[in-house]
Amino acid sequence: MTVLVEADRLRKTFGQIVAVDDISLKVEKGEVLGFLGPNGAGKSTTMKMLTGFLEPDSGMARICGHNVSESPKAAKTQIGYLPEGAPAYGEMTAGAFLRFIAEIRGFDGHQKTTRVASAVERTGLEKVVDQPIDTLSKGFKRRVGLAQAILHDPPVLIMDEPTDGLDPNQKHHVRSLIAEMARDKAIIVSTHILEEVEAVCTRAVVIDRGRIVADGTAEDLQRRMPYHNAVALKVGAATADAVTSALGSIAGVASVERMKEDGGLIQLRALPKAGALIAPDVAALLAERGLSVSELYVERGRLDDVFRKITSEEAARRHA
Amino acid sequence: MRNVFIIAKRELAAYFGTGLAYVFAVIFVALTGAFAFFIGNFFGREQADLLSFFQYHTWLYLLLVPAVAMRLWAEERKAGTIELLMTLPVTTGEAIIGKFLAAWAFIGFALVLTFPMWITVNYLGEPDNGVILTSYIGSFLMAGAFLAIGSCISALTKNQVIAFIVASTICFLLVMSGTDLVLNFFRSWAPQIIVDAVASLSFLTHFNEIMRGVISLASVFFYISLIAFFLFANAIVVDQRKAA
Repeated sequence: MTVLVEADRLRKTFGQIVAVDDISLKVEKGEVLGFLGPNGAGKSTTMKMLTGFLEPDSGMARICGHNVSESPKAAKTQIGYLPEGAPAYGEMTAGAFLRFIAEIRGFDGHQKTTRVASAVERTGLEKVVDQPIDTLSKGFKRRVGLAQAILHDPPVLIMDEPTDGLDPNQKHHVRSLIAEMARDKAIIVSTHILEEVEAVCTRAVVIDRGRIVADGTAEDLQRRMPYHNAVALKVGAATADAVTSALGSIAGVASVERMKEDGGLIQLRALPKAGALIAPDVAALLAERGLSVSELYVERGRLDDVFRKITSEEAARRHA
Repeated sequence: MRNVFIIAKRELAAYFGTGLAYVFAVIFVALTGAFAFFIGNFFGREQADLLSFFQYHTWLYLLLVPAVAMRLWAEERKAGTIELLMTLPVTTGEAIIGKFLAAWAFIGFALVLTFPMWITVNYLGEPDNGVILTSYIGSFLMAGAFLAIGSCISALTKNQVIAFIVASTICFLLVMSGTDLVLNFFRSWAPQIIVDAVASLSFLTHFNEIMRGVISLASVFFYISLIAFFLFANAIVVDQRKAA
């Protein structure tokens, strides 16, 4: 596979504050990398260094083989970048703005027209091309930013919170746009919304206080969760004890937790040993013993929890 | 070069798109005219020249040019569009020159709109049109120098009001640098050579020379090098402070 984006030990400080501390990562063609982290973790700063807006204190960023500091122009032509908040020249109409971007990107005449038209069509801006950007709604402004980023069909697409502040329909639209483009590009999307990672990303990198604290697929991250593959059950109060002892006898079960009572129903949770799949065994055993349950599901381990766990563990480790 | 042109074109479109162009041009033409007739006593002098007209350009530029320059970079930084602009495949130099040329061309456009003054004086008498032409060129060069200073200051802040006041003050000191107001400050402690150097920075001295119809190489060089110096400083400021 071809590595299109490469960060090598990037570091950036602002006065006393270390915003990005030794970040290295590679993104290959066809990958959508979700860049996760709490606010102020260094996501935007990292992206700004990758796109050549900020000069790193040390380390190096490479886009399609071009060193961003040494040949910024060559690197920048390969990138489509949506900065945080999708800034644009507000007094221009969406169409004029996109034509300006097309010209700067080196398109002229007929090519300029078709590029702009296709970006407008892909981002659904047809109705507002002749309106000044200042008068557009937040969703449309964001789409203008997106159109600007994808206009030259770049091999590398870097987007800082592309769905921030959009309504659910618009979020869905942006995500499907990303998914559609994913095949032949390397895409980096920063977000603090975890559902987004599950929805569009092939890989997630969690950064906290300027460092990478986790790197893997959404599935990998979920696996780090203690409740991953745990089986949750709701049973009647009368059968609760029988079910508990039955669960305890299954080989793959590490422990059984009794959670809360809810209108005569008791919620139980069987935790697996080291991520083992226990659901089939649980279901089979319960059927065999004729124990009835009113609800049974496998817990995936929510990314939200993983995220909180990783970032707070990291904080604790540093304080120690 | 292509990028400089594209950026300049966008900037110029913005001047006209926001109405700034019309406000500026009308006020500039009205004020230069008013100053020439009422304060400069254009008729009373009974001279077929435009001295009473050009004489006040320095003072008008002191207010009006920083007003054009203040938005050049402060606005980009405030709106965050600087991040967009500087991640497009353009160099800092291209962006700075493009913006500067647009603003300069725009002031030139306002200057051209004062042509009724020229018609008037030609209708009334037989002026030396060579002198008038050199005065126009001198005025344009002076505006460019003010503009480069304003552009550089504008990159230092997100706040346009601060950019305006600081740029105006610096321009004012440069204009006054041939007078006792500024020179006395230096005379008390600096050697004569520095006092002379400061005095030679005076916009007024150079412009007065040009208004007399003398385009000396020294004066042209003075303005051009001032523009070059401040645009260079501007590039450093933009590179250093774009993230702040």
